Parts: sequence; C-alpha cells; structure tokens
Amino acid sequence: MTISLTAPRKVRRLQWLSLPLAIGAVIVIFWLLATFAAPWLTVYDPLEMVGRRLQAPSWDHWLGTDALGRDVFSRTLHGARHSLPIAVGVVAVAVAIGASLGAVSGFFGGFVGAAIMRLVDVTLSFPPMLLAMAVAASLGPGLGNAAIAMVIVWWPVYARLMRAQVLEVREREHVEAAVASGAGRVRVLTKHILPLCWTPTLIAATMDLGQVILLAASLSFIGLGATPPTPEWGSMISDGASQFYSWWVALGPGLAILTIVLGFNFIGDGLHDYFDPRSK
Amino acid sequence: MTRYILRRLFAMPFLVLGIVTLAFLLTSVTKGDPLTAIVSDRQMNNPEVVAAAKARWGLDRSLPERYVIYVGNLLQGDMGTSFITRRPVAQDVLYRLPATMELVMAAMIVGSVMGISLGVLAAAFHNTVIDHAARVFALFGSSIPVFWLGLALLYVFSVQWGILPGPGRVDPRAALPPAVTGFITIDSLIAGNIPLLLDALRHLILPAFVLGWAVAGTISRLVRANMLEVLGREFILTARAKGAGEFRVIVRHALRNTMVPTLTVIGYSFAYLLTGAVLTETIFSWPGMGSYAVEAARGLDFPAIIGVTIVGGVVFLITNLMTDVAYVIANPRVRLG
Repeated sequence: MTISLTAPRKVRRLQWLSLPLAIGAVIVIFWLLATFAAPWLTVYDPLEMVGRRLQAPSWDHWLGTDALGRDVFSRTLHGARHSLPIAVGVVAVAVAIGASLGAVSGFFGGFVGAAIMRLVDVTLSFPPMLLAMAVAASLGPGLGNAAIAMVIVWWPVYARLMRAQVLEVREREHVEAAVASGAGRVRVLTKHILPLCWTPTLIAATMDLGQVILLAASLSFIGLGATPPTPEWGSMISDGASQFYSWWVALGPGLAILTIVLGFNFIGDGLHDYFDPRSK
Repeated sequence: MTRYILRRLFAMPFLVLGIVTLAFLLTSVTKGDPLTAIVSDRQMNNPEVVAAAKARWGLDRSLPERYVIYVGNLLQGDMGTSFITRRPVAQDVLYRLPATMELVMAAMIVGSVMGISLGVLAAAFHNTVIDHAARVFALFGSSIPVFWLGLALLYVFSVQWGILPGPGRVDPRAALPPAVTGFITIDSLIAGNIPLLLDALRHLILPAFVLGWAVAGTISRLVRANMLEVLGREFILTARAKGAGEFRVIVRHALRNTMVPTLTVIGYSFAYLLTGAVLTETIFSWPGMGSYAVEAARGLDFPAIIGVTIVGGVVFLITNLMTDVAYVIANPRVRLG
C-alpha cells in the first residue's frame, strides 16, 4: 500500500521540479528564435508603411497596423532583436563589473574593499527606476544610453552577491592549504576561490534577464530609451497609449514583454525550487 | 539590539550624503544639454542670452563649485528651481509626495491582502490545482509591465464597461477638501465629504491593483514557503492532535508564526512600489512624484531630476531602516552584524 502510494508521488514531484523550467525554456527559445529569424518570419518591413493607418487585426495584419500604417505583428517580432541582446549585454557587463569589484572587495578587503561596498550601499539605496531615469535623462535618449544607465543601476547587486560568496569560500580549508603551500594571493583568488563562487551569481543573472527587459521597456515607454522609428516594445506601447482607442497597437508589444519576462521568471522559479528544496 | 539601531541611525547621514553626491554626479556627467530646456531654439545662437541663462542657473561654474553650492543650499531645504515649473523643486516635490504615498499605501494594502491570502491558500492546498494557480498568478504579477496592464485595465473597465472611473485622483469637477494630510481619502473623511471619499476610493482601485499585483506575487511566494515550513513543525502536530480544526491550525497557529518574515518582505516591497509608481502614475495621470520625475526627465529639468531622485532615495532609505529595525525588535534572536 505504502509503496504504491509513494511511487507515483515521486514522479509527480519530479515533474513539478522541471515543469516551470520547461515552460520557461520553451518561451525563451521562441523569443530567441524571433531574435535571430524575425526578418524571415514576417512578411512586412517593420519600418515601412504597409497598409492603411490604425487597421484592426485582420488576416493580412494579424495584430493590426499602427498610426503610421506599419504592421504591428512584424514590429513586435522585430522588437526581440532590440530587447534580448540589450538585456543580455546589460546583465553581462553588470556581472563583469559587479563580480570583479565584489571579489576584490571580499578577498582583499581594506580601504578599497570598504570603499567599493559603500558605493554599492549608496547605489542600492535608490529606487532602481528613479536612478535609471536620472542617468538615462542626463545621457540623452537612445537605447545605448539606456543600457549604460541600467548597468549603473544593476552592477551593485552582483557585487554584493559575489562578495558574500568570496567571504564564505575564503574561510574553507582548501584555501588555507593553498596559502600554506605558498600560492600567491592572486592565484589563490583566481584558482581556488572564484571557481567555487560563480553559481549563485549566474543563477541570479539568469533570473534578472526578465527584470532588465522590463526596465529597458519602461525607460523606452517614458521616452528615455529607444527613439522612433525603432520597433522597441516599450516605445510601441507608448505609441499605443497615444492611440488609446486602437487597443491593438499596444497589444502585441505588451504580450511580448509579458511572455518573455514570464519565461525568465518561470526559469528562475524552477531554479529556485531546485536550489531551495524547502519551498517545493 | 540598541547598539544595532544606534549604529544604523549613525550611518544615516553618511548614506544620505552619499545619495546626494551620487545623484548629483550621475546627472552632471551629461550629454543632454540642460540649456535646451531653458533657452528657446531661436535664442540658442544668441551668445548674450546663452551667457545670461548660464549665469542665472549657475551653469557657468565648475562642477565642484556647483556641488558645494548645491549641498549648502540643500542643508537649508533648498533644492533649486525647476527649469519647467519655475517653482522651487522642494516645494513641487512636497506638494506631490502625498499623492504618491496614498497610491503606494493603497497598493501595499491590496498587495498584502492578496499576497497573504494566496500564500496561505497555496500552502494549505499544497501541490494541488490551487497551489499551481497561485504560483502562475504570482509569476504573472511580476512579469506584466505595469504601464501596459494599466492601459489595458483602463480600456476595459473605464472605456468599454464604464464601471470604474478614468485617470486621475478624483473626478476633475470635484472640489478638493482642505489639505490636512494630502491624502484625498483621509482629507475628505476629515471634511465629512463621504461622496468624495467614495469617488477617491473608486479612482484608487485600478492603479492600486496594477501596482499591488506584483507585490502580491512576491508576498504570496514567501508566505507559502514559510507556511509550508511551519506546518511541518511539531507544535502543529500537537494542535491537530488536540483536535483543533484545520482552519484554526492554519490561521491561529501557522500563519501567526510566519508574520515576521511577511512583514519584512512587505516593508522591502516599498522599493518596487516606488519604482512601479513612476509608471503607474504616468498611465493614470496621477499627480504624484513619479509623474513629476517623468516630466522632469523628458524635459531635461535637471534640478527637478536630482531633487526627485534624492527624495526617492531618502524615502527608500527610511523605510528600509524602519523595516530592519522592526525585524530586529520582533525577532530578538537574530544578531545582525
């Protein structure tokens, strides 16, 4: 009796361990595909006037046309070509800066280490959106500048994470052994400590991709990111807001942001279950 | 514990100075020329006008000079004059802060009630359809762009069905109650104006839900995880063995023991709410700090941008401090290093 009850239950658990991950992966792969293949998946040029203005969705224009007669479906798919690379780029640069500074701060400590952590504290004291807006505004419009602003807002997260990790690994015995056998400080850090520190940072980075996409779209929405006619989701929703009664203009880009962020959040949730079995 | 609180309080002025310095520096390394916000296009070629404008707004001085002057003025409560409204930034921000606070508080209430109930349900019906639905609801909340959700809900509830009012804090024709707290709900209650109170509440529903949903997601996940842990403990078994009903076990025994971490996550959600408020206010024409920040950023109104960023940082700092202190008081066992 007991055996027959436990066996199926185990199977179900395993499914739930991976189901969120699987859903997330499918969504993200779809958008990755759109990023690479948008020109071949769509019929219309995203920047050209291809039909009457503000047409409701139809067989010819699946998601309708916007105020300039451009195809919303085509623009939505092409939007991935801006949002995804920028999110990956921002997170990669933020991890590079944050992880190096965090590792230096955790391993060497001292005045420089303390100074780095105070800078981290102060930067994290701002509501992220407000700080990103302030920096993006002073750098001027454009997706590149918005990306710089997002890196400035985001790197401290990884610095704090990496520092905590380095502080913990530093105390382990194999490090002591390496020091005792005469390894230099840089060698101890790069060969004996850092390889054991990456996992939490990489998981956090994956989970953050969705949030970075949201932040980038938010900046574009208020006019601080992409400039027209770039088919960027945030600025497309802003177009939709000014054509309030033509609901379809904002529908495509809104669903795009929703699904891709949802995809990354599903992955994050799955990873969270995996690494924190308490919440399963 | 007292030492911890004192140390945190002692660090506050330094953090505030850090916030001021960083906000000032980051907005000064600028490519967008603030002059374009002050001088009209036609006058840009007129060197006299440009020089006069620079002198008037202190743009002819060096960065360190400007920084010292700014901090000196700030100590006297002066954040400079807005390029756009031509009023003191401090006055503008103080005038708009209550609207944001009212929205954020409402969103916090909506988010906490939804989040806690969902978390409890998910834990009580662990690994059933209810649990999975709660998870999906939570994930949607942290994935939907608030500015899009706001538009969609306005379109459906206000335009299509007409059951909820459009943007704004109250009906634009309504006379506002005398400002006591700046919260229209509380002020109209003080003035005894019940119709206005109801109108203000109806205007709050959509933006508070939009803003509260994401927070509800985070809270529900945390409540669920903590509930599951507590439900596995022995005192729950004891309560059940003594014949306590399931509802009583969950609410009186388990939920009570998850309140400390829950209150903490509600406190920290403030940062998210402030961030989300910027966009929600823009969609709902809410005359708060967020829409002020957006107008300032769009118009390259640098005194206003710096001012609103500093105020946002300080508000955030204070709420985080309060949350940390409340956590330590509620939980004397934790030693915070």
